[in-house]
Amino acid sequence: MTDLGWWGVPIAVLGGALRVSTPFLFVSLGECITEKSGRINLGLEGILVMGAMTGYAASYATGNPWTGVVAAGFAGLLLGTLHGLICSLPRVNDIAVGIGLMLFGTGFAFFLGKPYVQPKAPTLPAIAFGGWSSVPQIQAALKVNPLFLIGIALAFLLAWAFRNTRWGLVVRMVGDSSDAARAMGYRVNAVRTVCTAAGGFLAGIGGSFLSLYYPGSWSEGLSSGQGLMAVALVIFARWQPVNCFYAALLFGGAGSLGPALQSVGVTSGYYLFNAAPYVLTLGIMIATCSTRRTLAGAPGELSIVK
Amino acid sequence: MALARTGLGPAAEALAIPVGALLAGVVLFGLFVAVLGQSPLEVYGLIYKGAFASSFSWQNTLSRAAPLILTALCVALPAQAGLMVIGAEGALALGGLAAAVTGHGLDGAVPLAVKSAMLAAGLLAGGAWVAIAAALRQYRGVNETISSLLLTYVAIALFNHLVEGPLRDPASLNKPSTHPIGAANAIGSLPGLDVHWGLGFGVIFCVAMYVLVFHTTWGFGLRIVGGNARAARLAGLPVGRLVVLACFLGGGANASLIAGYGYTGILVAFIARQNPLAIIPVAVLLGGISASGGMLQRRLDMPDATVLVLQGMVFMLILASETLYGRFRIFRAREAEAGTPVGTPV
Repeated sequence: MTDLGWWGVPIAVLGGALRVSTPFLFVSLGECITEKSGRINLGLEGILVMGAMTGYAASYATGNPWTGVVAAGFAGLLLGTLHGLICSLPRVNDIAVGIGLMLFGTGFAFFLGKPYVQPKAPTLPAIAFGGWSSVPQIQAALKVNPLFLIGIALAFLLAWAFRNTRWGLVVRMVGDSSDAARAMGYRVNAVRTVCTAAGGFLAGIGGSFLSLYYPGSWSEGLSSGQGLMAVALVIFARWQPVNCFYAALLFGGAGSLGPALQSVGVTSGYYLFNAAPYVLTLGIMIATCSTRRTLAGAPGELSIVK
Repeated sequence: MALARTGLGPAAEALAIPVGALLAGVVLFGLFVAVLGQSPLEVYGLIYKGAFASSFSWQNTLSRAAPLILTALCVALPAQAGLMVIGAEGALALGGLAAAVTGHGLDGAVPLAVKSAMLAAGLLAGGAWVAIAAALRQYRGVNETISSLLLTYVAIALFNHLVEGPLRDPASLNKPSTHPIGAANAIGSLPGLDVHWGLGFGVIFCVAMYVLVFHTTWGFGLRIVGGNARAARLAGLPVGRLVVLACFLGGGANASLIAGYGYTGILVAFIARQNPLAIIPVAVLLGGISASGGMLQRRLDMPDATVLVLQGMVFMLILASETLYGRFRIFRAREAEAGTPVGTPV
């Protein structure tokens, strides 16, 4: 390792942001689709953990990590559908069901994942973008997982689809006014269930990143609450998929600021840096809310903005 | 016309629907266990044994139920006012920390005085934290569900920062913790039971909150105003303080105290339909289920997460059963039966 002094800090933060932001990106895109349709899924944490376990198990069983990614997506799809269907029943609270799903998903994943704590499954490859540099830190920082690139492409694709496709228009209409959607002849609950299932699919893939790339193994303490943070990320991103990408980078980078500063001798305040994105999100909420106006940019049917 | 006379009323409905959902969950989990090649009866027998069969298992159950009762109260009281607060974990962390710091600062004083001061500090810190979410709701219209979730992360970061940094006991090397508060100041056990006083506090607070909400004018106003932010603030303030007790119980603060009680507590409150008295049996039942995990692991070699699966299934079914309210004729109050005047023999 070359000694970079203070220059090591931004490089480490960049590397950390590129490395750990992928699960944030996928869960926030998933939550964004769900919330655009007017529902909130607080259970993405359970889906994330379930996806991590399924992905690892499938990769171990088939020897191909990409099978694991797809399997994780489908596990997430199933749990998302479960949330979507239960919330379609009248008088059921989507926030409570989300918390129930979080506990159910993590419990189920811990139960099924017991045999996979020990064995070593094949993990996802990394693409090295840092070959031009001779500095090992830069090379390490610029190792990027293909899922990250897929996530970025997906963010732009979703932003385009919400604006320019019939499907995007239907989802936004259901999310903004269920009465209008019903008058147009769309089935509100069906659209929301599909959106929650799609959100679950993405969150499951985000989980597979955890077990198949970084940290790259399955254990019960794998997730550090990335799924729960999805709700904060989406608010931070003002319900815009492309902003979800920036928010994911910021949340990922904030997490690696503490360790980076520690390496140059700044040891205090380690945990406070971790909290910075939450304080920022809260600040944004406080700044954009008033007693007369709800969050600007939020779908009108969302229970949390009413 | 026997049917008209069997109107059982909303109280029976509120009991029958969750119990029915619970039974459905039990059957579903039984099937799940059977598919795995275990005998459902044996599994349930062991769960009963691990949760309620001996004084030792009761102790285990009740000490798990105590924090659930307190965190569930933190959800239930604001919910009576129409607020959905999910930040009990944050209040738990800061309240426990405040109690521990107070205890250390007053070390050497009369234990009873120290305990009271710790209790007060814990109540104030936790209450203030939840009150932030309530105040933001009232003055800025910020959604309290999201802000309390965000505040939880901030609280846990503050907690970690303070425990590892300024407040760390230099003697604790591997497991950072605050200065010990001294055995005399730790919270004692209930007489006759080896369960800490937190359970006692929990039950006392449940009864007090029940009386407050359902038998005082203040509680009446609280329930009437419901979604109104003013009443919500009134509710948010005292409730947050309660939850903190859960932390105070242990007698000191260290990071292992944050064990995910907050989220299970939210569901306890929902299953109890935000009724403070119903929280007690629900918390004891869930405490019992989680206490029996070790028994299943030892006897049947099943993962200890098995009980988490049972809990998860029961949660999902009970939450989904919310939709059944008002669908069964049998639970309608007799007054509601068309053409049947109250008390008229038919």
